[in-house]
Amino acid sequence: MPPNPTNPPDATEILAKADQLRGTLGTGFRDEIVKSLYNEAETIARRAVHAEGDHKYDFDQRIDRIVTSPIFGLPIMLLMLAVIIWITVIGANAPSNLIASGLFWVEAQAANLFESWGIPWWITGFLWHGVYRGLAWVIAVMLPPMAIFFPMFTFLEDLGYLPRVAFNLDFLFKKSGAHGKQALTMAMGFGCNAAGVVATRVIDSPRERLIAILTNNFVPCNGRFPTLIMLGTVFVAAAFPPAFASIAAAGSVVGVVVIGVIFTLVVSWALSKTILKGEASAFTLELPPYRRPNFIRILYTSLIDRTLFVLFRAVQTAAPAGAVIWILANINLGNVSLAQHIADFLNPFGLLLGLDGVILLAYIIAIPANEIVVPTMLMVYLGTGMMTDLPGLNDLKTLLVDMHGWTMLTAINLMLFALLHNPCATTIITIYKETNSKKWAALGALLPLGIGFVVTFTTASIARLFGWV
Amino acid sequence: MSSKKLSLPTEHCETCPAFTQLEQMGLSLDNFDRVVALAGNPNTGKSTLFNTLTGLKQHTGNWPGKTVTRAEGGFEFNKVRYKLVDLPGTYSLLSASQDEEVARDFILFGQPDCTVVVTDATALERNLNLVMQVMEITQNVVVAVNLMDEARRRGLDVDTRSLARDLGVPAIPIAARSGEGIHTLLSTIEQVVNGEIETQPMRIQGTPEFQRAVAELAPMIEAAAPGVPNARWLAIRLLDGDAKVQQALLSGELANLVTRQSRADVQFSKKMAIEGRQ
Repeated sequence: MPPNPTNPPDATEILAKADQLRGTLGTGFRDEIVKSLYNEAETIARRAVHAEGDHKYDFDQRIDRIVTSPIFGLPIMLLMLAVIIWITVIGANAPSNLIASGLFWVEAQAANLFESWGIPWWITGFLWHGVYRGLAWVIAVMLPPMAIFFPMFTFLEDLGYLPRVAFNLDFLFKKSGAHGKQALTMAMGFGCNAAGVVATRVIDSPRERLIAILTNNFVPCNGRFPTLIMLGTVFVAAAFPPAFASIAAAGSVVGVVVIGVIFTLVVSWALSKTILKGEASAFTLELPPYRRPNFIRILYTSLIDRTLFVLFRAVQTAAPAGAVIWILANINLGNVSLAQHIADFLNPFGLLLGLDGVILLAYIIAIPANEIVVPTMLMVYLGTGMMTDLPGLNDLKTLLVDMHGWTMLTAINLMLFALLHNPCATTIITIYKETNSKKWAALGALLPLGIGFVVTFTTASIARLFGWV
Repeated sequence: MSSKKLSLPTEHCETCPAFTQLEQMGLSLDNFDRVVALAGNPNTGKSTLFNTLTGLKQHTGNWPGKTVTRAEGGFEFNKVRYKLVDLPGTYSLLSASQDEEVARDFILFGQPDCTVVVTDATALERNLNLVMQVMEITQNVVVAVNLMDEARRRGLDVDTRSLARDLGVPAIPIAARSGEGIHTLLSTIEQVVNGEIETQPMRIQGTPEFQRAVAELAPMIEAAAPGVPNARWLAIRLLDGDAKVQQALLSGELANLVTRQSRADVQFSKKMAIEGRQ
C-alpha cells in the first residue's frame, strides 16, 4: 500500500518500487511467465482438441514442399507471374480496342451535335476533345487489363500464395539487410504502391520499415501496368513473328517486373549499408493452410474494391488532366501551342534519356496518378500533331513511330522509366503520413526518379555508342 | 448508408427468441450503445467475421498481416447497437511493433465492453497464447473458435465446452465464412456485455514472490492514475521493465490515456473504416 493514502505516489516512486520488487523475483522471471503461459496453452489445447489423422495437412505440406522448394520455388513463382501477365496481355487487347472505338465514336457524334447546335468551338473542344477524351483514354487503356489482372491476383491472395512468395524471397531480402516481410509489402505494391506503403506496418523494426517504404515504388503498380502492357504489345511484340508476339509482349513486361525486384533488392542493400545501417531482424512467418477461395468474394474484391476503385481514382485525375492538355494544346504563343513550347523546352533533356519532351511533359502532368501517362502522351501528340482523326490502338505504332520518331530505344526506355520514376502524389503523401517526415517523403520521391534518369541515360548512351539507333 | 436485415442460419438455440435478427449497419456509427473489439492471431478470419457482422467489405486475404489498421463498423442485435472494432492480427501483445501496440492500447484504454478473440480451430494451441494475454488485460472476453468447417474437414474435433471451462470465458464454435455459429456468438456477446454471463478468466498464478510483488505494486498504480483500467496488468508490465509503460507513467500520459483514447476513437472511426479498404 502507498505510505500516505491522501498523497498519491508519484511515478518515480512507483518505478523505484518496481525495480526493487523486480530484484526479489530473480532474473528468469520473465521467461518463467512466458513459459507458464505456453504450458497452460498447450495443456488446454490438448484437452480440447482431438485429432483423427490430418489428410488435408499432409496434402498442404506436399504442395508446399514443391512451391517453396529451393530449386522450384522461384521458377514456379516467375512462371505464375508470366502466365498472369500473358493472359492479361492477350485478353486485354480486343476489349481495349472495342471500348476505345465505342467511346471515340460517342465523342465524334457529340462534337458534331454540339457543332450543329451552333455551340462555340472552344466549348465543344474543351468538353469533348479535352475532358471527355481524357476519360475515354483512361477507361479504354486501363479497364480491360485491370479487370483481367486483379481477379487472378486476388485469387492467389485468397488461396494463401503470398506468404509462400515471402518465404521464397526471404533469403534475398535477408542478404539485402531488409526484412523478409518486405516481400509481402512488395506484393501489395503490385496492386497500389500507396497500399504497399501502408502495408509496411507489419514490419516491426523502424529501420527495415523505412527501407520497405522507400523501395516500394520499384514494383510497378496497376496504374503503370497498362503502360507496360501497351508498350510491350505495340513495340516489343512487333519485333517477333506473330506466333510469339503475345509471349514476347508478356515476357518484356515480366522482364520489367524482375528488373523492378532487382532494384528493390539492390537499393534495399545500399540503404542498409549507408543511411539505414543495420542487420536484418529475425521473424516468424506463418504459412497459412491453402483455403478454397470464395469466387463471389474474389470477383467483388477485385472488380469493385480494386478495379473500380482504381479506375475511379484515375478518372478523377484524367478529367482535369484532359482539360489542362486541351488548354495547353490550344493556346498558341506565336504560331506554336503552349504544349509544344513546353515539350520543345524539355526535348533536349528527354532525348538525352532516350525519351522525348512530350513523354516528360506527360509524366509531369501525370504526377497525381500514373494511370494517365499514356493517355496524356497520346493527347499531346494528337493535339499538337497533324492528325485530327483518332486512331484505334492498332494505329498507335504508326502515330508514334512515323509521326513522332519513336524507336525501339524510346519504347524500352519508356518501359524502364515507367518502372523507375517518382511515385504518384498519393503514394508520396502516404509516405509522408507513415514516416511523419518531409525528408523521407522527399527521398522516397527523388531516389527512384534519380535512378530512372541514370538508368535511361545509360541505356540511351550505350545504344547510341553502338549505333543501334 | 442503408442498413439491411440479415437472417442468420437457424440453429439449435431454444433460449433465443425466434425474432432476434442481426442488422448490419455498415458505417453508421453515430449512435452506438456498446463497443466490441475483435482480436486474434493473424489470418484467423477476423476481417471475415467483421464483414459478416457489419455488412462492410473490408478486404480479406489469406495472408497474415492483412489488417494493419483498425477498421470499425456497426451492427445491431436485439435492439442494441454495437460498434465493432477490427484490430490488427497479432501473435502476442508483448512486443513493440506498431500493430501489436494498436491492438494492446485499444483493449486496455479503449475499454471495449467485450473483446472477442477470434481463434483458428486448426491451430488452437498457438492461438491460446494470445487469448491468455488478452484475458490478462480484460475480463470481458469471448473466444470465437473460427474455421470449425476447416477443422472438421481435417478430422479435428474441438471440444469448446472443455475450452470454456479451462479458460473461464465462453468459447463459441463458428465458421465465419458460412455464418455457422454467428447467432450463438452474438447472444453470448450480448450476455457478457450486460453481465448475464460472468467470466472468470484464467490468469497466470506465478510464484508466491511474483504474486506478492504484483499485490504491492498494483495499488500504487491505481492511486497514481485513478480510473486506470487494469492496474494488475500494468504492474506486471512494470515488473517486466516495459519501457513503453514506464514512459507513459513518467510523463503522466497514463492518466490521460483513458479519456484521450475514447475521444480519439470517435474521430478515428469513420475515417479508418473508409480507408481500411485497399
